[in-house]
Amino acid sequence: MKLVTPDIGLLFWMIVSFVIVLFLLRKFAWKPILASLKAREESISDALNTAKKAKEEMTLLKSDNEKLIQQARAERDLLLKEARDTKDAIIAESKVKAQAEANKIMAGARETINTEKNAAIADLKNQVASMSIEIAEKILRQELSKDEKQKSLMENLMKDISLN
Amino acid sequence: MVEAVNKKVGSKHPDSYREAAGKTFLVQLGIVFLFVLSGFFAFANEEVAVDSAATHTEATEEHAEKSEKFSPGKLIIGHIADAHDWHIYGSEEHPVSIPLPIIIYNKDKGFTSFMSSRFEHGHATYEGYKLEEGKIISEEGSAFYDFSITKNVLAIFIAAGLMLFIFIGVAKTYARTPDQAPSGFQNAIEPMILFVRDDIAKSAIGEKHYAKFMPYLLTIFFFIWISNIMGLIPVFPGGANVTGNIAVPLVLATCTLLITLFYGNKNYWTHILAMPGVPKAILIILTPLEVLGIFLKPFVLMIRLFANIMAGHIVVLVFFCLIFVAGAASTGAGFGAAVPAIAFTIFINGIELLVGFLQAFVFTFLSAVYFGMATAEPEHH
Repeated sequence: MKLVTPDIGLLFWMIVSFVIVLFLLRKFAWKPILASLKAREESISDALNTAKKAKEEMTLLKSDNEKLIQQARAERDLLLKEARDTKDAIIAESKVKAQAEANKIMAGARETINTEKNAAIADLKNQVASMSIEIAEKILRQELSKDEKQKSLMENLMKDISLN
Repeated sequence: MVEAVNKKVGSKHPDSYREAAGKTFLVQLGIVFLFVLSGFFAFANEEVAVDSAATHTEATEEHAEKSEKFSPGKLIIGHIADAHDWHIYGSEEHPVSIPLPIIIYNKDKGFTSFMSSRFEHGHATYEGYKLEEGKIISEEGSAFYDFSITKNVLAIFIAAGLMLFIFIGVAKTYARTPDQAPSGFQNAIEPMILFVRDDIAKSAIGEKHYAKFMPYLLTIFFFIWISNIMGLIPVFPGGANVTGNIAVPLVLATCTLLITLFYGNKNYWTHILAMPGVPKAILIILTPLEVLGIFLKPFVLMIRLFANIMAGHIVVLVFFCLIFVAGAASTGAGFGAAVPAIAFTIFINGIELLVGFLQAFVFTFLSAVYFGMATAEPEHH
């Protein structure tokens, strides 16, 4: 019976010390500890959420980037094609122009050549004529240098005239 | 009760049922284990009681012939009962002990205060008081109240001081390093606090109401656990049978009762005074039972803690006393008995370490379950 009969002194001190400990710990230990545990848990879950969001944003950005790259590539291809077309057109036009120019130049040249040729032919003819005269003169001089030759010439000439 | 706990946890969290089921299994396992253990100790306790009573009578009979005769019953009761001095070593007649202050309130004489060493271990009378079997009695037979700082009171102060020192210190560490991983002693304390919060408070009370009970649950959990562990240390400042003294569980269980009644909502009182869906005729029987149940629950809480811890102390001491019982027969037998006795004592101490934690857990958990009942919202079927 002694063991199951509570002593009033022990009861009194237990109540006093338990209530004091409960209130002191409540104020100075449990509340700050629980609050900081909660705060830490929240900050961890916040950090995880932020990381998740960042990851999602990253994938979004990545797909956006890919789209952009695709667009840029398409644009580049278009630009290149346009450039190539322009180049071809320019080249073709140039060719036509160049041909025309060349033809024109050729025609001019041909004309000049003809004129020059005619002039040259005329010149040549003159020269040939004068040279022929000179040659004829020289030949005549040579032929008529001797008397007998003059005589034979005269004879020939006379012969011609007589025949006529 | 396991089913009740199961139902409670299950019904309170329908969405997180699977998670709760896992926890509930652990709790069930713990409670089943506890029952097995308490059964074992109750059995052991009974045996011991018979044993010690037998030895006690034997010893008192022989006391006249041989005053130095070893008496295990007296020794064990002396060790588990409260005392006015903290025994360290030495015989019962001439022990070496720490004297403790005696504070007596007498209606006629007012307060009287002196050290227990004045009694000279029961050999002397001081200011009309003397010690008889560890209790103070008045020679004149006048009524008085004993508010002495006894061994258990000092042990409570030590446990309280230890708690204040540890937890206020840890709280300061938390304040100093906010949002950081725990370090040092925090690592040892934090899992226990999280255990009380998540596995006890949240699972038994629920997310909505658990927060306001946390300081009380943490305080009783650590107070019981630290006191239980201190009780296992054989030398000062341990060895006091604090939680195994009826007064301590009585105060704790009364606190649980008062908090349950204070926070009891309309739903709680409706279920006690007029259980919904029950015919009026049956209510005549049921309501008194439910009202009785209000007091029975903390009463059982008190008895469980008290009996388990006291029985643990007794079993350890009984095995230890075997050495001296055998030694009284012959010195050789004493040494022979020492080997198994010490092995058993170590084994029981190991179990007591577990029981110390388990009892702290069970007391806290069941308190939380009662708070959960008091604050439960009406269920919609």
